[in-house]
Amino acid sequence: MKGMLPLSEAPHAAGRTSDFSETYRRAYRWMLLARVAEEKIASLYRGGKITGGVFVGRGQEAISVATGIALRDGDIFAPLIRDQAGRLAFGESLLDFTLTYLGARSGPMRGRDGNVHRGRPREGLLPMISHLGAMGSVVNGMLLAHRFQGKKHTVGAVSLGDGATSTGAFHEFINQAAVENLPLVLVITNNQFAYSTPTSRQFVCADLVDKAIGYGVRGHSVDGTDLAACLETIGGAVQTAREGGGPQFVVATSLRLSGHGEHDDSHYIPPQLRETHLGRDCLSVAEEHIRSQKWADATTIEAWHRDSHTQVEEAVAHSLREAAPDPAREDWCALSSRHLQEGPEIHPPLKY
Amino acid sequence: MITYLEAIREAQSEALEKDPRVYIYGQDIGNFGGAFKATKNLAHRFPGRVLDSPISEDAMMGSAIGAAMQGMRPIVEMQFADFSTVGFNQIVNQAATLFWRSGVSCPITVRLPSGGTPGSGPFHSQSLEALYAHYPGLILLTPATVEDAYSMLLEAVAIDDPVIFCEHKYLYYHLKAESLPKEALPVGKARISRAGRDATVVTYSAMVHEALAAADELAAEGWEIEVIDLRSIKPLDTDTVLASVARTGRVLAVGEAWPWGGVTAEVLARVSTEGFNLLDAPPMRLNSKDTPVPFHPNLWGTHRPTARTISLALRELLRA
Ligand SMILES: Cc1ncc(C[n+]2csc(CCOP(=O)(O)OP(=O)(O)O)c2C)c(N)n1
Repeated sequence: MKGMLPLSEAPHAAGRTSDFSETYRRAYRWMLLARVAEEKIASLYRGGKITGGVFVGRGQEAISVATGIALRDGDIFAPLIRDQAGRLAFGESLLDFTLTYLGARSGPMRGRDGNVHRGRPREGLLPMISHLGAMGSVVNGMLLAHRFQGKKHTVGAVSLGDGATSTGAFHEFINQAAVENLPLVLVITNNQFAYSTPTSRQFVCADLVDKAIGYGVRGHSVDGTDLAACLETIGGAVQTAREGGGPQFVVATSLRLSGHGEHDDSHYIPPQLRETHLGRDCLSVAEEHIRSQKWADATTIEAWHRDSHTQVEEAVAHSLREAAPDPAREDWCALSSRHLQEGPEIHPPLKY
Repeated sequence: MITYLEAIREAQSEALEKDPRVYIYGQDIGNFGGAFKATKNLAHRFPGRVLDSPISEDAMMGSAIGAAMQGMRPIVEMQFADFSTVGFNQIVNQAATLFWRSGVSCPITVRLPSGGTPGSGPFHSQSLEALYAHYPGLILLTPATVEDAYSMLLEAVAIDDPVIFCEHKYLYYHLKAESLPKEALPVGKARISRAGRDATVVTYSAMVHEALAAADELAAEGWEIEVIDLRSIKPLDTDTVLASVARTGRVLAVGEAWPWGGVTAEVLARVSTEGFNLLDAPPMRLNSKDTPVPFHPNLWGTHRPTARTISLALRELLRA
């Protein structure tokens, strides 16, 4: 499902060649589009136009985009709540994002699920369930299926936060991937908080990446505020997995530059943290880098911004016109084997 | 003669033979052949398709779901039904919601060696069908006969949705049949295991045999008890149950599982809401006691319903 919006296929970051500047620019544009799109949805949320929660990836677009851009057709991506940039780079259309947030029946989840809980599994994009840590073993299974089916050189990427590393499911899936030597790339974003909980209440190891040793998999650390570093490290990890190097365990550090969700003012995050290196906004850092490297001039960058806003406005306007789900037309069937569904024949619906 | 356990092994062998999408995943099921030997020799006969898993029920289930999404037909063997609760989240939140959320079906079969045997105690004896049946998106099968163990397992693998296959450990070696069946009732259809006109016992799995023994005992006194083997808990064949109650006017629902909520409660809820005027006496139900399953055979034998307690309940029902 690669590259549906407006940028074409992106090669993974091979090194700082001329290709690299091209990849960097592309990655930056996905990050920008994600930021603009999420800000729009957040604004609609504040205006009371969104049912349910809104979760944004502000401050970790570099990590996310580096994951999405390193993947290609046939790969698997299990994004989480802060992966708008990676989703776009992987090939999710902006309309899937707006239609789902706005609850349109024509969205991929048809109003049955919302916001970040969306995907297109047939195209390798998994619709996350809320339960943290649960997507990893599903990706393992998809990779196992590829092995059975003789599909070679595919990779599965799983995105997780620091908080999710404390789940039992996390332990089980990374160990399982190691035992089966699967081409799994685990990208952990340590953004210092899980909702309100600081990492000191989540684990006491000196560095999360040390856990890789215990699982017998390769660990990588990267500065999540630095797009170039993310492209190189995550791109490299994906390449290693693709070439048969087994599971890769990437830990990227950043700071969550938003509330947990838009309902949350994140008052518990000490303001001084924002002033540290961790608190740098990866999007402005990347834009500054493009300027300083002269990879694009001011007019071009300005045009990219305008283009992102146009795309987002169009996607939102289109989605607002789409019909909401209709309970009378909903089939209320949880099984694909329709004849096995317990239903109205058995329990006549109450008349209102 | 073929046992219930051998029927399960034979069905898996046939599924592996016929369908290259099938593989089996579970603890100690490879060369060792499984804790109960349900996969004996299969790893040898189907190299690379009968895989030992780490002790990771969550990851076992999650990976089966992922593989199913990519076109495989995994069979997961839980070593005991009791341990499936460690993989509960994947079953009820991932597998059960997948089709409804995304339109992609999830053809997995989860084998749960279920139910009590003497000396097995609180953590190797559970009957969890009601727990799983509570969740939309799952199919619950509880075969009571050798023939059903075989044909329903084959059908489970063929079904495009997640199937929880509750095979009863007590029946593994105790139950034998002459041969494997050539044809079978479809999933979702109950069977009248014994016809009768005085009262209906609705039950499933190992309790079918206790109910049949109770019916034998009462037959000596002239009572004709009808015994219905539900075969599948979800979907539940309400039609067959109601038709029987229409004939007998009396119903006793029996289950080895715990009493609160559950299959017997569901059966009686349906009979009372949809067939209230068919009843000549208040409906009754009999389950295990509401405690963990005890270890000692003396306690265990009293904890669960038996032919004796079923016939006592039936006498009461017939007097009412
Ligand atoms: C198993 C589970 N428990 C609790 C939650 C509720 N919850 C949702 S997000 C979240 C915090 C996650 O933190 P982290 O993994 O660090 O990711 P981040 O939000 O920082 O990106 C919690 C507790 C959940 N979704 N799943």
